[in-house]
Amino acid sequence: MTSETGTPLLELQRINKSFGAVHVLHDVDFTVHPGQVTALVGDNGAGKSTLIKCVAGIYPADSGTIVFEGAPVTVNSPRDAAALGIEVVYQDLALSDNLDVAQNMFLGRERKRKYRLPLLQKLLPRTLDEAAMEEAARETLARLSVRTVASVRQQVASLSGGQRQTVAIAKAVLWESKVVILDEPTAALGVAQTEQVLALVRRLAEAGHGVVLISHNMNDVFEVADRITALYLGRVAADVKASDVSRSQVVELITAGRSGDLGLAPSTAAESI
Amino acid sequence: MSDNTDIDTVPAGAGGVGETDRTDRTDRTDRAGGAARAASDRRGLAGLRGRLAGANVLWIFLVLVGLMTFFSVIEPNFTNPVNLRSIAADNAPLLVLAVGMTYVIISAGIDLSVGSVLIFSGVVAAKTMLWLGGGADASVGAANAGWGVTLAGCAAGVLGGTAWGLLNGLLVAKARIPSLIATLGTLGMALGAAYLITDGTDVRGIPLNFTRTIGFGLALGVVPWLCVIAAVITVLLGLVLAFTKFGLRTYAIGSNAEAARRVGIPVDWHLIRVYALSGMLAGVAGCLSLAHYTTTTISGHTTDNLAAIAAVVLGGASLFGGSGAVAGTVIGLLIPAVLQKGFITIQVNPYWQYIAVGAVLVLAVYFDQLRRRARERG
Repeated sequence: MTSETGTPLLELQRINKSFGAVHVLHDVDFTVHPGQVTALVGDNGAGKSTLIKCVAGIYPADSGTIVFEGAPVTVNSPRDAAALGIEVVYQDLALSDNLDVAQNMFLGRERKRKYRLPLLQKLLPRTLDEAAMEEAARETLARLSVRTVASVRQQVASLSGGQRQTVAIAKAVLWESKVVILDEPTAALGVAQTEQVLALVRRLAEAGHGVVLISHNMNDVFEVADRITALYLGRVAADVKASDVSRSQVVELITAGRSGDLGLAPSTAAESI
Repeated sequence: MSDNTDIDTVPAGAGGVGETDRTDRTDRTDRAGGAARAASDRRGLAGLRGRLAGANVLWIFLVLVGLMTFFSVIEPNFTNPVNLRSIAADNAPLLVLAVGMTYVIISAGIDLSVGSVLIFSGVVAAKTMLWLGGGADASVGAANAGWGVTLAGCAAGVLGGTAWGLLNGLLVAKARIPSLIATLGTLGMALGAAYLITDGTDVRGIPLNFTRTIGFGLALGVVPWLCVIAAVITVLLGLVLAFTKFGLRTYAIGSNAEAARRVGIPVDWHLIRVYALSGMLAGVAGCLSLAHYTTTTISGHTTDNLAAIAAVVLGGASLFGGSGAVAGTVIGLLIPAVLQKGFITIQVNPYWQYIAVGAVLVLAVYFDQLRRRARERG
């Protein structure tokens, strides 16, 4: 586990977001360090998805600052987020069933074949460089020690849930994302596949990525997370080291906003309801 | 069978294979998955193979070969060059329509307007030719006009078709009108416009050089020009679909438009271009048809849209998008064409063609469903 010293990769400061009269996020602070898995936990409606969508540029925050690698940035579209190196792996994965693994990993940033002669380069239409994309996809999977995906030429439709999750995560790695945000990556998986995906999450952090894990599952959180940020009705109830808290404390933070001397002040927690 | 639109609920575990209805090409994966690994020096070929072929196409190709054999055994005259040539020439405009339809269907849409746009484009092309090349003698029209007039007319026709295609694309991508309805609307509008321009009478008197060369001339004395043009377009767009970013993204959007949007593909713009392409090809087909029939045939082509859709589906494309190939479409188009000519050759009432094609279409999809169900159980 890496120490908390050094510049955080991503720092959200006092983020506020309302949808009409509903104040979804109240002054939320959230920090992601390189080489760490930060778990973002909270009950349904706590604001996890909204917070992530603010980071991903799907809807901009009403107020607050996003600091990326020490510099304030604006993220107004998914393209902005991608350009910074922030990649969100959504719960529904959003892969194209009819394309194969390599094509899915490169979708949106396809590589084209280069002609040796500059003249041809100008004159001929450039076709997809399938071989290079296949090779890069295979290398990325190998780098992540993925053995579950036999061929990158397999159609995604033929993959299991765990394999799909793996492909979606590998895609973020391939595009050299610095921050990888995983939305409930194990929600639809069996026991063995959950283990594989969690191991992959751990390897992502070890490779230096800042990983955000959104999860309801305390087993997952305690298995891989270095830090835990608990949201309660749009406020940060606690931002703690995983080793400093117990499962029951985290569950209390999620359900009541406080646990012992951790969490929101009793008045704030009550007011939020 | 799982719901066709629900692509993300693949069961975990269960041997690691979750198949959905939308995977027309899964066969390929089963076979080619292993083959691709074995033949790693032929990298990229598996993906290519998937897009060019697939089990469905193979099956339908065998049907075509079977039909050709059947007709030529009963009537050896069936395979003589004149007969084959006329099959090809008669279907050239339809092939051009069907190639555009392949793109539209792969992008999970449908274009019902192509037949009407074909007529509209033919009318616009003919009227332009008459306007530019018409002499004093109205009964001759522009029959003696030069190639400049012909080309200008064709350009106008293709532009007219592209305009309808652009409108389709805007309606589908921007106004979010389901393609079935949007193109049903433009089907009516394009036809109405063609009737208004012509007052309901076919336009005659187009340049003779156009009809004699493009219409029924032979390139190198062997192949009809119509077929050469249609073949060039088909091969070119088949390659674009299989090997370029544009083609890949068309599959991606048809497979999962939301996924495509999230990786930053400009989905709306892409769809507009796909429909514009279909409209443009309908414009080209309109010019080819004009040359072939020497007149605008405004009352024909009412079922061209359905013929093009049938060809694409027979060729192995899924109406739910994400799969299909131009090679399949070509075969899917040739089956009805061969049936029709075959029935005439063996002196069966050619109207049987419609019944036979309908049955083949239903059977093709039915067998495909059977195979997929068997695979899901296995």
